[in-house]
Amino acid sequence: MKQFDPGEGASIASITDKVRPLAVGMPISSVHFLGETAVFVGAEEKAAIVGAGGEISPVDIHGGAVLCAASDGARVVTGGDDGKLVALNAKGEVDVLATDAKRRWIDNVALHPDGAVAWSAGKISYVRTKGEEKSFDMPSTVGGLAFAPKGLRLAVAHYNGVTLCFPNMAAKPEFLEWAGSHLSVTFSPDSKFLVTGMHEPALHGWRLADNRHMRMSGYPGRVRSMSWSAGGKALATSGADTVILWPFASKDGPMGKEPAMLAPLQARVSAVSCHPKHDILAAGYSDGCVLMVRIEDGAEILVRRRGNAAVSALAWSPKGSLLAFGTEDGDAGMVEL
Amino acid sequence: MSELTAQKIPVTVLTGYLGAGKTTLLNRILSENHGKKYAVIVNEFGEIGIDNDLIIGADEEVFEMNNGCVCCTVRGDLVRILDGLMKRKGKFDAIIVETTGLADPAPVAQTFFVDEDVQKNARLDAVVTVADAKWLSDRLKDAPEAKNQIAFADVIVLNKTDLVSKAELAEVEARIRGINPYAKLHRTERCKVALADVLERGAFDLDRILEIEPEFLDTGDGHDHHHDHDHHHGHDHHHDHSHSHGGLKHYHDEEMQSLSLRTDKPLDATKFMPWLQNLVASEGQKILRSKGILAFSDDDDRYVFQGVHMMLEGDHQRRWKDDERRESRLVFIGRELPEQMIRDGFESCITT
Repeated sequence: MKQFDPGEGASIASITDKVRPLAVGMPISSVHFLGETAVFVGAEEKAAIVGAGGEISPVDIHGGAVLCAASDGARVVTGGDDGKLVALNAKGEVDVLATDAKRRWIDNVALHPDGAVAWSAGKISYVRTKGEEKSFDMPSTVGGLAFAPKGLRLAVAHYNGVTLCFPNMAAKPEFLEWAGSHLSVTFSPDSKFLVTGMHEPALHGWRLADNRHMRMSGYPGRVRSMSWSAGGKALATSGADTVILWPFASKDGPMGKEPAMLAPLQARVSAVSCHPKHDILAAGYSDGCVLMVRIEDGAEILVRRRGNAAVSALAWSPKGSLLAFGTEDGDAGMVEL
Repeated sequence: MSELTAQKIPVTVLTGYLGAGKTTLLNRILSENHGKKYAVIVNEFGEIGIDNDLIIGADEEVFEMNNGCVCCTVRGDLVRILDGLMKRKGKFDAIIVETTGLADPAPVAQTFFVDEDVQKNARLDAVVTVADAKWLSDRLKDAPEAKNQIAFADVIVLNKTDLVSKAELAEVEARIRGINPYAKLHRTERCKVALADVLERGAFDLDRILEIEPEFLDTGDGHDHHHDHDHHHGHDHHHDHSHSHGGLKHYHDEEMQSLSLRTDKPLDATKFMPWLQNLVASEGQKILRSKGILAFSDDDDRYVFQGVHMMLEGDHQRRWKDDERRESRLVFIGRELPEQMIRDGFESCITT
């Protein structure tokens, strides 16, 4: 297995000198692009909007910790331990979408391209479509939410499986069972597969046509970051000391196949983000290192040398010309390609 | 790295059967003028009289890990809440987890053994059990949960002592000691106990396993004999106290016991470690807590371990001091412990 030390070796191509450092001044939990504008979501209270020229505008969004965030490209919606669900646009306008009556934590949020928003507090998940709000009670606390890219279908991850809800129909929710605690969930871009990140270091997947199970295990740590490659050909994941890339190009998905292992370092991958158009991904590591990796051959370009804290946020702009990253100790940067 | 991220947040688990006085103790902790800020994870909102934006409602959701060991349950809600709380690091000094009166403390403790992210940020400090002096004896007969909580405790706050006679108090204490002779016991009225006696105990800190001696029933004078006897007079200490309390009844609980093993001959690490691991793997459902200080042959370091059910953690602690007796001590607290089998297994690990 090849190894290199980004702190010393000169054997790797580097664009660290092209990165624009951004003094956002807060630990970062996620980053999202609204057009060419980047929104860095802090671990608590604030977000920072960074325009194309690099100017930074802080915005107050919550009265405490920010627990979850999602973006549909037009706005970033966050949930907090203040019981609020807040939408933020590129102009910095804040709109409180919902306030929990009991001030329960808003643990999860998901957005649908047509404007629907789903969130959860404890065991209840809520869906608001145009003008209508519905709630779905789950058997246990909601671990993750995701809308299917096509149709209005919401996947709710919880203990022992996933419930598929159909907010626009009277149809009964469908239950996909698998023992354990499911903490995150994502649909493949073609809506054919559903994958959850579990509490234990493993993923679980279902082929939705026949609900066949896919077990994706072998990680040393919990998988906290997943990203579909361009066209949904593969699912890139964190949790190991290489990027683990599961093949989803065939109708069987990763069943019976080995994942690709790219960009090994002496640190755990903490965040992944695939380029929206090309077969390239960005990977952030627990030591603060950021790499760009070509999926085809694993060729690497160094974006950021290692620092003091883990990379907690990574995102590409919609056209794929900008890459933004942020760390747990508040370092942030953006690079134009 | 900043000082905020370098420090692990201590977590105190507060248990106790219904009506014993958990909320009273919690309110006392929160209202006392100690200059510290606590994040509190509770099950019943609204019972706490203190205004605190760091009071979080929990659902006590337990789930089984898919790793093959049957009793490996963890509190999933705690994993989630601690994860969220860590975003507000620096806003509080410690965390208190209040369990429901019927809860088994094991899943809470196990969460700190198995979850990597929890371990990175927080450490289990101690399990504190509030017990009702008037009703505990009855509950030990009819409520397995109450017995579990006593057996699991590092600290027992024996509350409402003003509602019982001296004889009744001696009776209930003897029953507690029949189950768990190792916990620190404090007699209180309205949970009036010094906060230093329940918080920052370091009961799960391997570095603080100094000695393993039964705790005797003289806590009323506030004299902390643990500190006085942190040396090699373990045996004298034993005799002194049992004499001065010669009138105490001794109870042996039929179901829940503690088992203590001791040898001054060195243990063979290559035999002992597999034996201990096999023991907790096969009997872990019965063993609630375990703890040990070990002297291995050809090893000048003290080895310490502790465990909850099937989970163990251990490490070399420090060098044996020159004037220190190299004695191994092990303690198991559990339900229907297979005593002879454990004793025989232990004997077979002693070097000859």
